[in-house]
Amino acid sequence: MNQDKLIDLVNITKSYGDNIILDDLNLYIRENEFITLLGPSGCGKTTTLRILGGFENPDKGKVIFDGKDITNLPPNKRALNTVFQKYALFSHMTIAENIAFGLKIKKKPKSYIDDKIKYALKLVNLEGYGNRSPESLSGGQQQRIAIARAIVNEPKVLLLDEPLGALDLKLRQDMQYELIRLKNELGITFIYVTHDQEEALTMSDTIVVMNQGYIQQIGTPEKIYNEPENSFVADFIGESNILSAIMIKDKLVEILGARFACVDTGFGTNQPVDVVIRPEDIDLVKPEEGTIEGVVTGLIFKGVHYEMDVMANGHEWLVHSTDMFAVGTKVGIHIDPFDIQIMHKPESEDEEAVSFNE
Amino acid sequence: MNKTFFKKYFISGPYLFWMIAFTIIPICLVIYYGLTDKSGTFTLQNIMSITTPEHFKALWLSLLLSLASTVICLLLAYPLAMILKGLSVNKNSFIVFIFILPMWMNFLLRTLAWQTILEKNGVLNTLLEILHLPSLNIINTPYAIIFGMVYNFLPFMVLPIYNVLIKIDDNVIHAAKDLGANSVQTFFKIIFPLSIPGVISGITMVFIPSLTTFVISNLLGGGKIYLIGNIIEQEFTTAYNWHLGSGLSMVLMVFILLNMILTFKFDKGEGGAVL
Repeated sequence: MNQDKLIDLVNITKSYGDNIILDDLNLYIRENEFITLLGPSGCGKTTTLRILGGFENPDKGKVIFDGKDITNLPPNKRALNTVFQKYALFSHMTIAENIAFGLKIKKKPKSYIDDKIKYALKLVNLEGYGNRSPESLSGGQQQRIAIARAIVNEPKVLLLDEPLGALDLKLRQDMQYELIRLKNELGITFIYVTHDQEEALTMSDTIVVMNQGYIQQIGTPEKIYNEPENSFVADFIGESNILSAIMIKDKLVEILGARFACVDTGFGTNQPVDVVIRPEDIDLVKPEEGTIEGVVTGLIFKGVHYEMDVMANGHEWLVHSTDMFAVGTKVGIHIDPFDIQIMHKPESEDEEAVSFNE
Repeated sequence: MNKTFFKKYFISGPYLFWMIAFTIIPICLVIYYGLTDKSGTFTLQNIMSITTPEHFKALWLSLLLSLASTVICLLLAYPLAMILKGLSVNKNSFIVFIFILPMWMNFLLRTLAWQTILEKNGVLNTLLEILHLPSLNIINTPYAIIFGMVYNFLPFMVLPIYNVLIKIDDNVIHAAKDLGANSVQTFFKIIFPLSIPGVISGITMVFIPSLTTFVISNLLGGGKIYLIGNIIEQEFTTAYNWHLGSGLSMVLMVFILLNMILTFKFDKGEGGAVL
């Protein structure tokens, strides 16, 4: 992958009245990257995208695109295109006219435009839909036209603002694969905004987890999932057990009074930390074989696995397992050292405010 | 016939009665009178009398003044509706309120007020005199009638256009800009085409009352300028020739129907545009 910075957001700050949306945000985006801005509503992800698209101006900071400062450039002068949340197709035009819109503005020759329309419709698997009106298409088809309309302009970057938000589950999953395919075929940068962690994990090269105007963590999907940097990320991505613990020394952590071997080092000795343990990483064993002992208090069948609550050492552990343990069964809890992720306790009030958990 | 069927008709009963008694029957009477002479025999004379120079001139002037006032209303209303769309909800509802406020006053009173303003020694000329500007002779001219029409019917142009404009998704406008269109291109290629149902609705609601008015021309034209509305009114109230008045009304109806057909063609049941 090309390591060049294509877009650089430098010290971006944006507020509406007293409401600070983005606080000194720094983020760079590489060429040909599928980057996802992920976070709950109000985390500033959409505002970041709108600043990139040119629909909002930051109060402070700079947007560098391909080495040039484009902070004050209007949207129509930017070499990037946006796919909007609710499609935003032009209802008074046919599908073909919608796709041709950007090219006609740029006064491209008619034969070129016709070729492009054909190419784009083929790319999104909607050949022969050119003369239909947007209203005659389903939501998923409209969204694909919105993508076609954007990519015929050959942008270096495609901005996607929760493009699958209005679609139903099955269609959303199909469109995820479609988007990955498109990205690979086009070889351009995708900047994707969503609150859906599953979407982000499936599609992205890089995930940027945001909350309350701050970037919480940047990393690959695996890294974000397996090694969350703080309890917000751990809680937002997937399900997890997040507990307070004490780092006794390198590779040894005390959780709820029991000592577990782990693989993390460099946290000092006897330091309070947060630990995150994914529910599928907890092994339920015979009572005498586990590190701690507990009793199953809840059991739900989830299809692929069973979801169990296990009360042990005064904490209700969330456990996913393909083996079933009936409610009331005494079990032992075993956790492999590499399945325990140690995180620093939040240091400042700011970070405290973003934490979901006790 | 089940219960709901009966219920439906029962509920719409008062409206149906009203429609039949005060719309359908009168129209039938107009058609009867328009197609007969005093002895009750069938004739096209009443309708054909539109070709007499006097009547034709009145119809032509009516069309001309209605067209002028419609165009002026459109030119005033569209920018205003655009400004209203751009304002925050609190501000724009206040301005819409201010705009509708004059409509709470009686139509006749409003028009009489214009008479006072435009008179030879009226408010306007007094003001011009203070400013040492030449006085204007507007009252009793077609211009005064256009003034009155624009003043009275402007809200009917603003509201449907505003209603359509606020329904345009901001993201559609953003999308146009995102695809490279500047503000002028965005307006002519996106905003204006999307607002056409509102414009058509506004044109209908200004053009038809302008075409048929006789009160405005009476009060501001000094009884010297005859619009087709005035002629028809006189046939009914002064000359007592209901047959001729009905015939001319039917001619006028043709123009109104033409306008309506145009409206339906463009509006496509889009709704919202019609008040």
